[in-house]
Amino acid sequence: MRLTCPLCGDRDRREFHYYGAEVYADRPDAGAALDAWDDYLHLRDNPAGETRDLWYHEIGCSAWIVVTRDTVSHRILQTALLTARQRQVGKFVYQEGDLREVPAKPGAATGGERP
Amino acid sequence: MRIAGKGLVDGSATIGFRFDGRDYTGFAGDTLASALLASGVRLFGRSFKYHRPRGVMTTGAEEPNALVTVGRGARAVPNVRATVQEIHGGLEARGQNAWPSLGLDLMAVNDLFAPFFGAGFYYKTFMWPRAFWERLYEPLIRRAAGLGALSGRSNDEAYEKAWAFCDLLVIGAGPAGLMAALGAARAGAEVILADEDSRMGGRLLLESHEVAGRAGADWAGAVLAELGAMANVRLMTRTTVTGAYDGGTYGALERVGLHVANPSEDLPRECFWRIVARRAVLAGGAHERQIAFANNDRPGIMTAGAVRGYLNRWGVAAGRSVTVFANNDDGHRTARDLVAAGVRIAALVDVREDVAMAGDFPVHAGARVIDTVGRQSLREVVIADREGRVSRIASDCLAVSGGWNPALHLACHMNGRPVWREDIAAFVPKPGMVPGMRVAGAANGAFSTQACLAEGLAAAAAVLDDLGFKAAPVDLPEAEDGAVRIRAYWEVPGATHRAWLDFANDVTTKDVRLAAQENFASVEHMKRYTTLGMAPDQGKNSSVTALAILAETTGRGIAETGTTTFRPPYVPVSIAALGAGGQGRGFAPKRLTTSDRAARERGAPMIEAGLWYRPSYFPRPGEATWREACDREVAMVRDRVGVCDVSTLGKIDIQGPDAGRFLDLVYSNTFSTLKPGRVRYGLMLREDGMVMDDGTTACLGPGHYLMTTTTAAAGQVMRHLDFVQQAHCHDWDLRMISVTEAWAQFAVAGPLARDLLNSVLAEPIDGAAFPFLACGEVRLMGVAARLFRISFSGELGFEVAVPARYGAALWRDLVARAESLGGGAYGMEALNVLRIEKGFVTHAEIHGRVTAFDIGLQAMVSGKKDCIGKAASTRPGLSGPEREQLVGLRPVAADRAIAAGAHLFDEAAEAVSANDRGYVTSACWSPTLGSHLALGFLRDGRARIGTRVRLVDHLRKAEVLCEVTDPVFFDPEGGRARG
Amino acid sequence: MASLIETTACEGLLPVATQDVTLGELPFACITSVAPFDGRQDAVAAALKAMGLGWPGPGQSVRAGDAACFWAGRDQAFLIGAAPEGLAGIAALTDQSDGWARMHLEGPGAEAVLARLIALDLRPAAFPEGAVARTGLGHMMAVLLREGPQSFQIMVFRSMAGTAVHNLHQAMRAIAARAAV
Ligand SMILES: [Zn+2]
Repeated sequence: MRLTCPLCGDRDRREFHYYGAEVYADRPDAGAALDAWDDYLHLRDNPAGETRDLWYHEIGCSAWIVVTRDTVSHRILQTALLTARQRQVGKFVYQEGDLREVPAKPGAATGGERP
Repeated sequence: MRIAGKGLVDGSATIGFRFDGRDYTGFAGDTLASALLASGVRLFGRSFKYHRPRGVMTTGAEEPNALVTVGRGARAVPNVRATVQEIHGGLEARGQNAWPSLGLDLMAVNDLFAPFFGAGFYYKTFMWPRAFWERLYEPLIRRAAGLGALSGRSNDEAYEKAWAFCDLLVIGAGPAGLMAALGAARAGAEVILADEDSRMGGRLLLESHEVAGRAGADWAGAVLAELGAMANVRLMTRTTVTGAYDGGTYGALERVGLHVANPSEDLPRECFWRIVARRAVLAGGAHERQIAFANNDRPGIMTAGAVRGYLNRWGVAAGRSVTVFANNDDGHRTARDLVAAGVRIAALVDVREDVAMAGDFPVHAGARVIDTVGRQSLREVVIADREGRVSRIASDCLAVSGGWNPALHLACHMNGRPVWREDIAAFVPKPGMVPGMRVAGAANGAFSTQACLAEGLAAAAAVLDDLGFKAAPVDLPEAEDGAVRIRAYWEVPGATHRAWLDFANDVTTKDVRLAAQENFASVEHMKRYTTLGMAPDQGKNSSVTALAILAETTGRGIAETGTTTFRPPYVPVSIAALGAGGQGRGFAPKRLTTSDRAARERGAPMIEAGLWYRPSYFPRPGEATWREACDREVAMVRDRVGVCDVSTLGKIDIQGPDAGRFLDLVYSNTFSTLKPGRVRYGLMLREDGMVMDDGTTACLGPGHYLMTTTTAAAGQVMRHLDFVQQAHCHDWDLRMISVTEAWAQFAVAGPLARDLLNSVLAEPIDGAAFPFLACGEVRLMGVAARLFRISFSGELGFEVAVPARYGAALWRDLVARAESLGGGAYGMEALNVLRIEKGFVTHAEIHGRVTAFDIGLQAMVSGKKDCIGKAASTRPGLSGPEREQLVGLRPVAADRAIAAGAHLFDEAAEAVSANDRGYVTSACWSPTLGSHLALGFLRDGRARIGTRVRLVDHLRKAEVLCEVTDPVFFDPEGGRARG
Repeated sequence: MASLIETTACEGLLPVATQDVTLGELPFACITSVAPFDGRQDAVAAALKAMGLGWPGPGQSVRAGDAACFWAGRDQAFLIGAAPEGLAGIAALTDQSDGWARMHLEGPGAEAVLARLIALDLRPAAFPEGAVARTGLGHMMAVLLREGPQSFQIMVFRSMAGTAVHNLHQAMRAIAARAAV
């Protein structure tokens, strides 16, 4: 498995430390209710399909990155620096220019079954 | 038997080798199988369960029968396929699964009891009583059954792993693979061509086909010569691609030194490659299938393609009188090639009635083989003609072709399912099952040479298009283009004896029917019930036939029945190759301090702390045990002065206007108020409220801090700090970097610590100028250094840090000075005793399940600010009397030893888990207090100080009555450290 | 008063050589990590420019004579072989001179040796001269720089010098043994 670090480029997954769902970056405010903390700390979705999670380029540049991937096809759809994340109402977007689209992975549009 | 003038082996180079204790010779280019066949050897091994005699069946990596053990002693490798092992001088191989010898195998008695050993026999018979399974049945079965045996000893030979990258990985160098590689390489793509054989060419080496008007092998040689001369091509012979993984990564096993006589110790036996390829073309060919009939496993019964392969490539006739049995035209090729080479064809038996084959031999159309005769080797073939008339044909070799199965395994490694093609009676891959991979040639169900060449070239063109290369001209050569003519035919009906499917695991057609009958009717259940496909060939020779029979038995179609899941590896991979580079320092790097050599010179036994190696103690003459050395070192620190290397602690340099604010967030206590020149102890929580780590942080200047972490948690803390900063406050202005390795740092502790330091410092210090928890820059012996007044021993203590290149020299110097003051070096054992006496925690206590409250440091969670873990640490259940709290434990009888791991119970309670009140985390003998001491966690422990608990060590069968105390046993006021 | 003797990270370990690859220790050089503070990126680049260098982009290095500036990770570069003049206050600076074992691997088989330990595409097109990577050498964090067609600089943590030399030498010997077959 390979991951594209937005800074370092295409790397073997052994260089990364996996941390779990992206929502762990959404720390509740200090005064938030215990339920919010419980949700933040302990409750996670387990989607079949697109998911986002946090990876640390530990044997690399020490950037935390957000990886968008498909848990069914294992395809890596997008990687972005965690610091590029901006809080907006209700959802998260990334600043222009900080995204690195994963270059056409082998077979992204080939291999016979063209989309 | 060799046929003069046939084959591609070098008849001028004779090579001697040993098999089963006898000397043989072969030629350069021979495999163990071809050389032994040429020497007339028919019996290669015994089968798994019934110890039936088994001979070689194929020419390739799919071989189920000819499994041998190569090498001796710890270096013996079992289950080597004789069809893959090349001969070399010094090769020593032996047949397997027979005792005392291949010819006379006493375990063959199993075969007589065969009626009792059907599918599921073990499951049914050895179910009860349960305890017997472990103690009796399993060891018994394991001794009797099993393929080759491991030596049980560690193999010291070199194995290797490596990485490679390319635009295109071509898997298989037959006609399709060669054309794919040539097409892509001429256009400038970086190509890796991997083939499992020692010589590339694939089926072209085994057939008598011509390509572009030349012998197939010659054409292949010319293409390989061109490819070999190109800088953008890497030819990897003896390399089997074993798995297709995510992101265009492929695993491949290269046999590097297995064919070399007297290899250097440095030469890897095998190399496991991870090949990252933008595109791949699978051109791995196909495997010929057997047809199931009674006694179809005798030595001498082979695939038809193998019989002519041995002739065409190795010049070996597999028999003197060969019968061919087929359901397709491929058998006819074998007959033709053998006749042309002067080998007698006893008969051609074809199940098809409309077969037209002319030749100087009897042709039995619409007939079938119903049995065979011969004990350790085939003697006669029994056939029934279309009217059912039985006749016997004297024959020492039976060449069987039941059709071909495309080797599509790799295409299915990412859970793709192949599709059934009725017209060629074979499963073929669906396009796109592995992203980036195309399948060409026989692996794709294109069986003629012409079709292979064309599909290979077309695959290259498609890959070049994908990757944006401009195709270069490549001519498509002309070759044989026969259509596939086959009648699906899986087994000869009405067998009176066992008809074998999985030759290695001894699974018969009857076993498959039994599975269906007992409702293990799904193909995955059938596989596990019968163990079909679970031998080293992983079903390559049996799986499709078995599922066709299963389909017939259950009344389903073959397509509906489907295949089992294909998983890597495609061929057996030795654990040594998979784990290559993972032994010794390859498993975990050794981190050595600058004082490492000096410590070892003093005879200090080293212990691992994370990846670091630290001295346990420094033995002196006359000390008989580690305890004597440890007691002396503790006393030395308490009474004089000791020196200890503490460089392994993590050191993180944090700078910036927001650095103090950041420390306030990651530490439970406040650091933004810390003044330059001062040090503070800090407690770090995880977000879930548990203690993560502790350590001291020094303020080196305005907005400049040096954090220390524990040795073991340094990596975790760095990762955590990076996360907090990048996730929660990336707009705060601060920068962090580890400086652990840049500094050698030594603790100097004891009443004489200041005297020792003043003998090396350029400017002496005193208690007023350098009080407890001070820090600053100093010069010593001409070097700029950092000095911290901190203590992990409870004594007057300092830590002095110098650039690491001076560490070795400074350590020797400090220890010499300490010794002249009546002190010396101390190691981890003494350090541990010193801190237990003081009640200081380590990761034995902060083990991931304790809160600040539990260790009595709840006051360090500042109420004035937020911090990581603060919210969670206030949740119900993480504080209060129900928590197990840190306490000291002291045996009522001081000489009674305590061991860490023991559990605590109320004095009168029974020592069962329901009554468990806590446990011991650290224990030692305290020479200072003349008593055993321990730290541990006890429910509501702080309220129980002064009472007694019973400590029970179930593991070591010990029981000690202890008094519960404050965790600080020694100098509770801390006057010694502050003095 | 006696002065302290310096010990290099690879003392007693290097050089080692096989038929076509050599591994040696690079001479001591001052290494400073440079991490520009917020909004001071341009000032840092200018200060480096004044030294004849410049701020390296991710995966790159800038050289001037004996001095060099390597990209060394997120918002961070290593200034090697030159004092960090004009950088105080605009960038976080730490002395890393002693933190690393610095080695030099050279020879026709150098790339093949590294392929045994590094999961990185080191083909010249993907990793050209001057390219820098923070990556793993075996299980060790490493900084890798391509100096030329057949030469690399390798930096690992000082404490792991022995393991790095052992692993590299083992790979060198394996490559040599393959060539001898
Ligand atoms: Zn990175």
